[in-house]
Amino acid sequence: MFDFVSFIPRAVVQGIPLLFGATGETLTEKSGNLNLGIPGVMYVGAISGVIGAFFYEQSADGALHAFPAIAIPLLCCLLGSLLMGLIYCFLTVSLRANQNVTGLAMATFGVGFGNFFGGSLIRLTGSEVPSIALSATSAYFSKSLPFASDLGWFGTIFLSYGFMAYLAVVLALAASFLLRRTRTGLHLRAVGESPATADAAGISTTRYKYGATCVGSMIAGLGGLYYVMDYASGVWSNNAFGDRGWLAIALVIFTIWRPNVGVLASILFGGLYILYLYIPTGTNLAIKELYKMLPYIVTIIVLIIVSARNQKENQPPESLGLAYFREER
Amino acid sequence: MLKQGNIPLFHISRRKALPWQLAWLIRGVAIVLALLVCAIITTQMTDYNPLQVYATMWNGAFGTTRKIWILGQDIAILLCISLAVTPAFKMRFWNIGAEGQVLAGGLACAACMICLGDTLPNALLIVCMAAASIAAGALWALIPAIFKAKWNTNETLFTLMMNYVATQLVAFFVIVWEVPKGAGKVGIINQATEAGWLPQIGSYKYLLNILIVALLTIGMYVYLNYTKQGYELSVVGESEHTARYVGIKVSRVILRTLLLSGAVCGVAGLLLVGGTDHTITTTIADGRGFTAVMVSWLAKFNPIGMIFASFLLVFLDRGASEISTNFGLNQSFGDILTGVILFFIIGSEFFITYQVQFRRSGKKEDDNV
Repeated sequence: MFDFVSFIPRAVVQGIPLLFGATGETLTEKSGNLNLGIPGVMYVGAISGVIGAFFYEQSADGALHAFPAIAIPLLCCLLGSLLMGLIYCFLTVSLRANQNVTGLAMATFGVGFGNFFGGSLIRLTGSEVPSIALSATSAYFSKSLPFASDLGWFGTIFLSYGFMAYLAVVLALAASFLLRRTRTGLHLRAVGESPATADAAGISTTRYKYGATCVGSMIAGLGGLYYVMDYASGVWSNNAFGDRGWLAIALVIFTIWRPNVGVLASILFGGLYILYLYIPTGTNLAIKELYKMLPYIVTIIVLIIVSARNQKENQPPESLGLAYFREER
Repeated sequence: MLKQGNIPLFHISRRKALPWQLAWLIRGVAIVLALLVCAIITTQMTDYNPLQVYATMWNGAFGTTRKIWILGQDIAILLCISLAVTPAFKMRFWNIGAEGQVLAGGLACAACMICLGDTLPNALLIVCMAAASIAAGALWALIPAIFKAKWNTNETLFTLMMNYVATQLVAFFVIVWEVPKGAGKVGIINQATEAGWLPQIGSYKYLLNILIVALLTIGMYVYLNYTKQGYELSVVGESEHTARYVGIKVSRVILRTLLLSGAVCGVAGLLLVGGTDHTITTTIADGRGFTAVMVSWLAKFNPIGMIFASFLLVFLDRGASEISTNFGLNQSFGDILTGVILFFIIGSEFFITYQVQFRRSGKKEDDNV
């Protein structure tokens, strides 16, 4: 019998970083910016949080307080990913650079930034710890409700996560509400579909693109922070985050640009990501590698189906990937 | 009469074509500024002064004969992949799947070496390897192209996903072929017989790769600038409607161009697996599929310019790696410097394409970054 009670929580914790990334990227893409730098942004978000927590733990010397232990990494993470969002916006919106090239440069820079400071932080600060293991900070991040373990399978499946997991769900639903039900969301979608029309209607395309991309980056950065502080128990190891950033971009396509769908889809993706651990393959380890292909194959299939059916409401934003300049045709 | 307050502080308009000397001057200034920022970052991380930073970087790239050869090899491979993606970009087909196409080519090459290594004579084996690599790379690029041509499926996202499918496929075969069982890696293929190893010219291990890529560069330059097919793909890139109007079959051009693009990636896979590494891993392309996108774009899709662009990026990478080795810092330092340089060059393009006119001053501003 397939062990759902142990499978689902593991799928969820795999899915949460993807959900953060996908929610952020959806907001960004709805403004017409295809930010391929999301993997880099998530790395920067993670390492900024780690640096903040590292200095706090060093200075507090074991006596941590709950509020700063959570607030400092959170703020550092938001600030780091905000800066990445600003770089991207400045280059693509203000300087109208090519979005793909800028995004890929940001991915290179961000992943390098994360690995460099992750690998050199101890050397640079000259501290005496063997590795970055922020278990004290992590304990605050991964604390679940005290009565969760008393509730049997229900507690395990729904209540066994740290607060950031629920934050991810709330943010996804809020983003969905913002996009579908508010005037701001309507304007944002207009900017992404047809910036010229939005501009003519008096909507500031620059402001919306900056706003959506920066907020999107900050949300995506939280995904990196969740990964380090909760999933990885505060231990930073280089490249451990892996290709999850790209998987988050895949998730955006998979959900057809709907953050609320992302809540369940991210868990599905997380499940596909670890499915190989649960499928009895005996001694044939090679097959497991093929199972890891599943999320990408599924995304490709969705991408093809969406483009083949060609329904208006399921398409990528019309101006996705294009810079807007008022004086051009 | 308009009030002063109604006139914006500055006004941006598109430039008429800028003389190429001035355009390169702007890019040059951007690179110099970027190098300065890199030096500042480096001095913060280490106790070098800026001059020592550059000296160490130079030493890392050109310090010994061996280092120069590695530099040449790295440039050759990066250039090869950049050449591969260029025809697709010129057609405005964002092929960011070069990583996967190189892996597919390398995988096919390794498959030939392992499965046919003992049965075929060496010359025939190498022909088989070349054919298989090129076909595999081309196939990997053709799949997204077919869907792009038929249903206009977003190629950026499709090719991106194909990278990871290729990575997992390689991971699968690495375990199938692993030597010894349980090692998790293939090791050097045909170490005893050297079957399927591309011939070495004299005692220079990397010379063959460099020569092949040099030929490819010239070939690609001619193809893009002096052939009908090269012209057709740039028309499709400039305006698909115009292309259709003058009777170019757009879907055919897309398929043909991507076949070429993937095939050249396959060659890169062949050179890596058959020529130098003689093994296959999931990281054999090492992110160069993405770096190639930037190289191609930096050089404005000009194969000759790409030589300089790939030199710049590889030089930085090798130089930064020397600095981080000296200081016990992490090897990713190079990625940070590369990122900074790229941001500056990407930003400088704005000042080449547009001009900024300030209110009242009346005279044109040519401020670079």
